Amino acid sequence: MSTPYPFSAIVGQQEMKQAILIAAIDPGIGGVLVMGDRGTGKSTAVRGLAALLPPMDVVSGCRYGCDPASDHSRCGDCGAHGSRRAARKQKAPVPVVDLPLGASEDRVVGALDIERALTQGVKAFEPGLLARAHRGFLYIDEVNLLEDHLVDLLIDVAASGENIVEREGLSVRHPARFVLVGSGNPEEGELRPQLLDRFGLSVEVRTPTDLAERIEVVRRRDAFERDAQAFVARWRKEDQRIRRRIVQARAALHAVSVDDRTLDRCARLCIAVGTDGLRGELTLLRAARALAAWDGAACVGDAQLRSVATSALRHRLRRDPLDDAGSTVRVERAVADLFDA
Amino acid sequence: MNQRSFAAHEAAWRDALHAAQVLAIDPVGLGGVRLRARPGPLRDAWLAALRTALASGQPWLRLPAQIDDDSLLGGLDLSATLQSAHTVSRRGLLARCDQGVLVVPMAERLAAALGARLCAALDRQWVEGRCGSEGDRARFGIVALDESLPGDEGDDAPPAGLCERLALHIDLDDAVAPGAPSVAMDAVVAARARWRQLRCGDDALHALGKAADRLGITSVRAVLHAVRVARAVAALAGRDRVAPDDLATAGRWVLAARATRAPASEARAERQPEAGPDPSPASDGDARDAGPSNDDAAADPTGLAEHIVQASCTTLSAGLLSRLQGSTGTGHARREGRHGAARAGTLRGRPVGSRRGDPRGGARLHLIDTLRAAAPWQSVRARERPSAPLRVQLRREDFRVHKRRQRRETTTLFVVDASGSAALHRLSEAKAAVELLLADCYVRRDRVALLAFRGTDAELLLPPTRSLARARRCLAALPGGGGTPLAAAFDAARRVVDDVLRRGGTPLSVWLSDGRANIARDGSPGRAQAHADALRHARAWRECDVAALWIDTSPKPQADAQAIATAMGARYLPLPLADGERMSRAVRSCTAVHRAVRS
Repeated sequence: MSTPYPFSAIVGQQEMKQAILIAAIDPGIGGVLVMGDRGTGKSTAVRGLAALLPPMDVVSGCRYGCDPASDHSRCGDCGAHGSRRAARKQKAPVPVVDLPLGASEDRVVGALDIERALTQGVKAFEPGLLARAHRGFLYIDEVNLLEDHLVDLLIDVAASGENIVEREGLSVRHPARFVLVGSGNPEEGELRPQLLDRFGLSVEVRTPTDLAERIEVVRRRDAFERDAQAFVARWRKEDQRIRRRIVQARAALHAVSVDDRTLDRCARLCIAVGTDGLRGELTLLRAARALAAWDGAACVGDAQLRSVATSALRHRLRRDPLDDAGSTVRVERAVADLFDA
Repeated sequence: MNQRSFAAHEAAWRDALHAAQVLAIDPVGLGGVRLRARPGPLRDAWLAALRTALASGQPWLRLPAQIDDDSLLGGLDLSATLQSAHTVSRRGLLARCDQGVLVVPMAERLAAALGARLCAALDRQWVEGRCGSEGDRARFGIVALDESLPGDEGDDAPPAGLCERLALHIDLDDAVAPGAPSVAMDAVVAARARWRQLRCGDDALHALGKAADRLGITSVRAVLHAVRVARAVAALAGRDRVAPDDLATAGRWVLAARATRAPASEARAERQPEAGPDPSPASDGDARDAGPSNDDAAADPTGLAEHIVQASCTTLSAGLLSRLQGSTGTGHARREGRHGAARAGTLRGRPVGSRRGDPRGGARLHLIDTLRAAAPWQSVRARERPSAPLRVQLRREDFRVHKRRQRRETTTLFVVDASGSAALHRLSEAKAAVELLLADCYVRRDRVALLAFRGTDAELLLPPTRSLARARRCLAALPGGGGTPLAAAFDAARRVVDDVLRRGGTPLSVWLSDGRANIARDGSPGRAQAHADALRHARAWRECDVAALWIDTSPKPQADAQAIATAMGARYLPLPLADGERMSRAVRSCTAVHRAVRS
């Protein structure tokens, strides 16, 4: 496969990079929605980050890429061998799977293996894209144009971490924990509000309007295309620094403490902007904790809450659908009111 | 055709031929071309020239319009597998096209799903067919043959994502070929070896970035394309570094077609302060421009950018330019708005039984019914082929696939009277009413379309879309004044509704007007004739069985409006005061009744 563009060489787009990093540190955050113009490096960022993540251990020969270190979240094949026998393991890169627009449900969840059914008369399961994305990223470009029933299914699997297939006499369940990254252009249609809420973080990207920044983007990309190897080598150090920080942050994540004051602030913020349900507060807290781990802080502070608040809440407001950019402003105002008071 | 214009047409052809040779240097690296041309000898000649200029052995494949995933990305060869009883895979079209050129005929009719797959393959240069397979390299360039007419947008243009990824946008409509095309093979071969090493200086990058900015191009990808093309052009000309003329050529081929606004005059652009810490000499550009130093102008990014913009403007046709000038700078919004794949009977929705057919193109095999279909023939087939390797002998005609049914999508068409009789304050109330109804559509996930009539004609301002941001913008920009050509509005609305029906959707129309027609169908003024025409069209509307709601926008309920509403079988709702709640209820009940009738 072609060499991915280094993550650290991406110019600007701080909010998007932060959101994807948070999802990489804590995959349980529930996916990232990136809405914005074309050609802003959405897919580049996802691929770049996946490429710099440390390769993961997988049970060798496992079709679902199970984690040998974890006993309870294995697929049926691996689970049958039990944990008595230490599974042989091998290294595999973190997968990034593209979900093409118009993919059939079969292709996504998997289906009866027609090939083996016809040639050998065996009832076997052919894994789909969800299996391939296990422990990695599932990237959907133009998620707003995807069939609703597929989006429902994806979000359901992403939330439960398990893909359950019941069809054609097949009964298969396998783990499918992945970070769902959906991107799209709001000019072409919108997501149902029910779906918006299921994404953990939501980011708005814009083409840089600053000429100098735009030119820097072009300059780096041009250098990358002329000599990808040399360019990657130049950014390797920076990429490795990010990798180390992610690994440290993952290890520190559970040790990050949250005091009552922070919980109180989360709740106040959510009440102030008027989010429905508790999902907003939970995600806000979780994202802030991941960011604190990234920052190397021992507990979640105001700084972290402030910087994730917009991404975690902007898509959860009960909004007037005809109000263009109101949500971001409303969250920012509430944040300012609360923290600067 | 006079002598001078013939020369211009000839120049256009030479330019297109030049572009073909530049593309032939490295179709993979440049991404490809959107070639807007009618089918004919001219287009064939251009393609032949491109093909000649390519390196020998580079694949050249055509994309069939209805290709399925297995054939495109690679997968199982079903008939061969059945014949041999061994797994027979085949490489997909894109993998076979590696290092070559993929010709996409009728790109304006390309399905969105297929376009998305091509985009993904262009981005990753890699395709993965079935799960578990390693995948294949697929580095290719695309020649998208676009037969749409200038001005066609939305559903009649190639997928926006694909256009974005194709560097060159060439128009052959103005070209005339004077003779057989000649291709400078040696130059192309020489350029192929060195174009990647060619440097594009910082000032050149600045100039291209600036030019894109002036033309209102937001995507950074366009600037990148322009940089690549400029390097290739310079390499073809045998230069060691990119010259101002190369940038101008790149501007014409890459930036011009992507422009979303006409460039502001130089004076106005200069007044905008340079943002950010910019180390380039652009900051003292004003001082430089004052002096008549022509040599410097080329080295100065501002002057260079102007050079590129000027060159780009030469390819912007007069009509396009005037349209861009009218737009507010977000013109790209109008080009987009293409929607998901057409809904077919075997692909999505709730399964309802099976039918005969191949499990291809997303259709799912119904295994039980397939076996049931094959069962009665087993003894016959066993006698025919006693040595068959399989216990059950399946043939292609046995295959059954799932049949599905899907709920039809509703498209609400707003027909808004923007004439003078719907006096300005009434128009703003009508706009407010439509906004309220739009919010309803958002909740129901309906698509909306907006049609306005005034003066002598009706215009479809917004083809069916799900983007409410666009709908709202269209509505806000709607001007008022002029006559009331109600009959013309009926005609235009009928076209939209027919289109929705043809795509398998359910149309619903909401009319906001006082019904006081005063322009007849033939465009002549006169209240009596206009009213008669409107009534005739209204009665014809009833035939097409599309639910309609008529909101009378006049201060007092009008007999005319009521008569037309009755004739067309619409619900009539006077709007003495803009009462959003009542209106919204009316639309909802209209939809509900209609759904009940249909099902």
